[in-house]
Amino acid sequence: MSNELKVPTMAELFAAGKQPEVLFWVGCAGSFDDRAKKITKAFVKILNKANVSFAVLGTEESCTGDPAKRSGNEFLFQMQAVTNIEVMNSYGVKKVVTACPHCFNTIKNEYPGLGGTYEVVHHTQFLKQLLEDGKMSLEGGSYKGKRITYHDPCYLGRANNVYEAPRELIRKLDAELVEMKNCKKKGLCCGAGGAQMFKEPEEGTMDVNIKRTEEALDTKPEIIAAGCPFCNTMMTDGVKNKEKESDVAVMDIAELIANAQDL
Amino acid sequence: MNYIPNILFLIILVLSIGFFAANVKKLFRNINLGKDVDVSDNKSQRWKNMAKIALGQTKMVVRPIAGFLHIIVYVGFVIINIEVVEIIIDGLFGTHRVFAPLGAAYNFLIGSFEILAALVIIAIVIFWIRRNIVRIQRFIKSEMKGWPKTDANLILYFEVILMTLFLVMNAADNQLQQLGADHYVKAGAFPVSSFLLPLLDGMSISSLIIVERVAWWLHIIGILCFLNYLYYSKHLHILLAFPNTYYGKLKPKGELDNLEAVTNEVKLMMDPDADPYAAPAEDAPEPEKFGASDVSDLNWVQLLNAYTCTECGRCTSECPANQTGKKLSPRKIMMDTRDRLEEVGKNIDANKGSFVADGKQLLGDYITNEELWACTSCNACVEACPISIDPLSIIMDMRRYLVMEESAAPSDLNNMMGNIENNGAPWPFNQMDRLNWKNES
Repeated sequence: MSNELKVPTMAELFAAGKQPEVLFWVGCAGSFDDRAKKITKAFVKILNKANVSFAVLGTEESCTGDPAKRSGNEFLFQMQAVTNIEVMNSYGVKKVVTACPHCFNTIKNEYPGLGGTYEVVHHTQFLKQLLEDGKMSLEGGSYKGKRITYHDPCYLGRANNVYEAPRELIRKLDAELVEMKNCKKKGLCCGAGGAQMFKEPEEGTMDVNIKRTEEALDTKPEIIAAGCPFCNTMMTDGVKNKEKESDVAVMDIAELIANAQDL
Repeated sequence: MNYIPNILFLIILVLSIGFFAANVKKLFRNINLGKDVDVSDNKSQRWKNMAKIALGQTKMVVRPIAGFLHIIVYVGFVIINIEVVEIIIDGLFGTHRVFAPLGAAYNFLIGSFEILAALVIIAIVIFWIRRNIVRIQRFIKSEMKGWPKTDANLILYFEVILMTLFLVMNAADNQLQQLGADHYVKAGAFPVSSFLLPLLDGMSISSLIIVERVAWWLHIIGILCFLNYLYYSKHLHILLAFPNTYYGKLKPKGELDNLEAVTNEVKLMMDPDADPYAAPAEDAPEPEKFGASDVSDLNWVQLLNAYTCTECGRCTSECPANQTGKKLSPRKIMMDTRDRLEEVGKNIDANKGSFVADGKQLLGDYITNEELWACTSCNACVEACPISIDPLSIIMDMRRYLVMEESAAPSDLNNMMGNIENNGAPWPFNQMDRLNWKNES
C-alpha cells in the first residue's frame, strides 16, 4: 500500500468539472493539531481504500465558529458561518462528513438558519454506512477481544443523539466494549466543550478531564475510544496525568478501523 | 338552622382563591417581562412531551428511588384532591359526605384515598430522611442554605399534616358512624384510619364531633393555605411543570439559536451594495442589546423555567463543572433568575406598575462571571432536568452579553477569538497551511 494519500480539493475537482459525493470537513483540530492530524489521515486512508468520492476544502476551509459562538461571540460565529456557507454553496455541496462533533453539530444544526442546508454526518455514522453498504469490510485483527471503553462526546451524544454508530463499529472489531458508569445520555463531559479547550479552567477541586479519565480507567480498558479530537486531547492528557500511558491508549474510532485494516 | 359555618366557609374559600388568583396574575405579569419567543410550532409534539414528561413522569424515574417515591406523592395528591370537591360542597351547603349515595363506589374511593394517604406519608418521611439525615449531596449544596432548605422541609411538613388530618377526620367519622351519631351517615371504607380507632376509644359523641370537625376544618384550611403557599415556594412546579414541558426545547440539544439581531448586522456587513456611511433611518428602532444581563433580556420561556424549578438539583449533580468543585451550579442559575425576577416584580408593584432602576441586575449581583465561564455547554443539566428546564440557554445568553456588550471574555478566549478572526482557526496557524497534513508523514 502506498503511503500517498489521495486528498482532492473541491477547487481541483471543480476545475476538472467534477463533483464529489461528499465533502470531508476536516476542521481546525484535524488540520492543525498533531494528534488530530493522525485521525484525519486514518479516516482518509479508509476513504481511499473504499474508493469514496470525496474532497476537502483545503485552504478554503475556515473555523465553523463553534468556539466563538459558545464563548458568546455570536458576531464572529455568524461571520464565519456565512463565509463557510458561501464557499460550500458555491461548490454545490450536498453532503458533509466530519470527524469533529463540534463542526458536525454547528454545520448540521446552526448553519441551516443562515442559508447552509446540507446532509451532515459524523465520520462514525459514515463508516457504519460504508460497512452496511459493503464498501468496507471489517475484522477485528489486532483488536480482537481487547477491552475498549467508549467516551461519548457531548456534541455527538446528548447534543445530537448519536450513541450507536460508534459503538457498533467497536463491536464489529470483535472487541469487548465495556461501558463507563456514566455513558450515553449520562456521559460525563471531557471538559473541552463550550470553548473550555482554549482557556484555563476556573478554580475547583480537580480538572474535568481527570474526573472523566478516572471513570474510564475504572473499566480497566486497554483502549479508550473517542470520536472527537478535543475529547481525544483531554483523555490523553488525563491518562498521562495518571501515568497510565504505557497501558492505555486513547484512539479515535477511525484509527481503530484503519489499524484493523492494516492501512 | 345555623348558617354561620357555611358563611364562614364561603368567606375563607373566596378569600383564599382570590388571593391565589392575584398571585397568579402577578406570576403571568412577571413571566411576560421576558422577551417574546415563538413557540407555536409542533403543537402535537409539544402535547406529547407534556403528557410523557409531566403527566407520565418519565424523566423522574431516571433516578428510580426518588422517582418512585415522587410518583406516589404525585398520584396521591392528584387523586386525594377528588375528596376536596366533596369537602367544598359539604362546606358550602352544610351537607355531610354528599357523595355517600354512590355506595360501593364511594367506599372504594375513600378506601383508596386512605391507602394513598398512608403511602404518601411513608414517601414523605423517606424524603425528609434523605434531605435531613442522609443529607444527599445535592440537597445540601451552598445555594440550598437558608430559605431553600426551609422551603423544602415546610412542604414536607405541610403534606404530612394534611394527610394526617385527613386520616384523623376519617377515624373520628368512622367512630361516630359506629356510635350512630346524628348526621353521620354510614359511608366509606377506612382501611387505614381504622387503625387509629383505639386512640378514640371511650370518647363521647360530642368530643368525637369536635375532633372530626376540627380535623375537617384544619384539613381544608390547610389545603387552601398550601395553595397560596405555592407562589412563594419552589413547590410551584406542581402547576408549572405542565406548561414548562409543553414549551420545552424541541430542537436538538446542541443547537443554539442564531441571534437575529446579529444576522441583520452581518448581512449588512457582507452586502457590497450597503452604504457604510449611511445614517440609520430616523424611525429606526434602537439597536437591540446583545445577550442578557438582566431578567428582561431573557425570553419568557426562560423566565417560566425559573418559576418552574423545584430545586431538586439533578442538574447540578450532573454538571461536570460543579462535580469538580467549580462555582457553577445550573440550579443556582435558575434560582437566581427567579429571585431577581421576583425582585423586579416587587419593584414594579411598589412603583405603581413601572420598573424603577434599582442599580442591580442578574449579572454580577446574582450570577458571577466566574460561574458563567465554568460551563462546558455539555447539556448534562438540560438532560437531567425532569421537567425540561434549560439552564444552558441562560448561561449562553449571559456570555453573549459579556462578550458582545462588555468585551469581558477571559483573555485566553480573546486570543482564541482573535485567531479565528485573523486566521480562521482558534490557534495561530495560517489558513494557507490547512492542508499541510496531507504531505506530512
